Amino acid sequence: MSAADLTRPRIGVLAVQGAVSEHEAALADVGARTTRVRVPDELDGLDGLVIPGGESTTFGLVAGRSGLLDALHERIAGGLPVFGTCAGLIMLASRIDGDGEQALIGGMDIVVRRNAFGRQLASFEADVDVPVLGDPPMRGIFIRAPWIEQVGPSVEVLAEHAGHIVAARDRTRIVCAFHPELTGDRRLHRLFVDGIRGATAPADEDLKGGIRVGSQ
Amino acid sequence: MSDNARANGATGTDAVKAGLAQMLKGGVIMDVVDAEQAKIAEEAGACAVMALERIPSEIRRVGGVARMSDPEMIIGIQEAVSIPVMAKCRIGHHVEAQVLQALEVDYIDESEVLTPADEASHVDKRRFTIPFVCGATNLGEALRRISEGAAMMRTKGEAGTGNVVEAVRHMKTITQGIRRVASATPDERFAIAKEMAAPLDLIEWVGEHGRLPVVNFSAGGIATPADAALMMYLGAEGVFVGSGIFMSEDPPARARAIVEATTHWDDPEVVARVSRGLREAMPGLEIAQIAAEGGLLQTRGW
Repeated sequence: MSAADLTRPRIGVLAVQGAVSEHEAALADVGARTTRVRVPDELDGLDGLVIPGGESTTFGLVAGRSGLLDALHERIAGGLPVFGTCAGLIMLASRIDGDGEQALIGGMDIVVRRNAFGRQLASFEADVDVPVLGDPPMRGIFIRAPWIEQVGPSVEVLAEHAGHIVAARDRTRIVCAFHPELTGDRRLHRLFVDGIRGATAPADEDLKGGIRVGSQ
Repeated sequence: MSDNARANGATGTDAVKAGLAQMLKGGVIMDVVDAEQAKIAEEAGACAVMALERIPSEIRRVGGVARMSDPEMIIGIQEAVSIPVMAKCRIGHHVEAQVLQALEVDYIDESEVLTPADEASHVDKRRFTIPFVCGATNLGEALRRISEGAAMMRTKGEAGTGNVVEAVRHMKTITQGIRRVASATPDERFAIAKEMAAPLDLIEWVGEHGRLPVVNFSAGGIATPADAALMMYLGAEGVFVGSGIFMSEDPPARARAIVEATTHWDDPEVVARVSRGLREAMPGLEIAQIAAEGGLLQTRGW
């Protein structure tokens, strides 16, 4: 990767279906370049990946048929940073609690419950305190939203709402049950992209001499 | 869900209503009449299903008054699948819409496919917690529905025909309307609002943003993977397929192919591959003949 790329990482957005353009706009706002991922080849050269909200069963089926699901599993297991919102959170879970089987990508040591807050009638928005982002709270838009039932020892809880875990992080992997891409609040996208900048940047000594001057 | 889990959250806000449509983008919503068809749709990769008693081509064939579906059937479909379940109410039928909300369907389609209940007014959709999708044939009609509270739009097309020509016309008419508003000066927009019979604030919003304020799908006559890809090419954000799947010879294969073609609409090789060996599509109808017989559904609503 060239020096300039360190400040503008290339983030893929899984584009089987769902709120793709909203994530592209949010990522652009925090200085990332974006590209859509629908087939395995489009994973080449990415510094990170966003799995948007949408229907997780559709993601699993369509991505499964093209071989994309296996490729995603392999890249994410290999350390590709990833940010999943709502359906993206479900896809990254190690297991779904409750009935029904569906194809997952995995990568986060979490157990999730689909549609945990209920059907659309129960969908809601509320302030969600995300301590790692400081004040003010995020405006969480929860749409037929899942929640996280259990987290493994490597997973840090980023936010809870009404006693349920709704955001979590494992190194450069972040998941949330709500939709920051539907609001103008870019702090969670920035946290993700800054994490990539930190993870892929050379050691501090190497930065002297100005190669990281940037695109701000 | 308990109120406790929601913890003082606000339900039925504009963001929550329009948000679900945003999550459906790029997907295919399929008409189904029973739990078995709903499972086929879900396994094909549909992002939602539309529960109705008869698919549009059957409504066309049977005639008479088409009404909201039997709640028993809707509940059966809700229990069969985990994806969102939509259902149709008649234009202007406030109580059918209330019943569908009580059943906790995920979206209500106030649809011209059913026989209108009110010749003057549509449902005041702002009064509902459940979001609505409505059909439109042009920009003014779309903005009137949005001003009434619709959180998602679709072209009307001509349902139950297997003929995509009307969906194409409506999608192009809407996008041409958007381009016209966007290129108009602020003072010209007053005249356009009057001409289109649309609220000025929404005309101004469209002029500023160059798009509709809510997600816009295509519906009405899509029968093949190439039809679905065509509507995406023309700017649809997703597609509804009614009779096109379950009136064809091999519904599971066609359903899967239409899902693939919608995701990969700009890759002709994928559309070609998924279009192979699907057996017969639904029989198509000529629009001029339906019009001559007074059978057009798209003229319902205003």
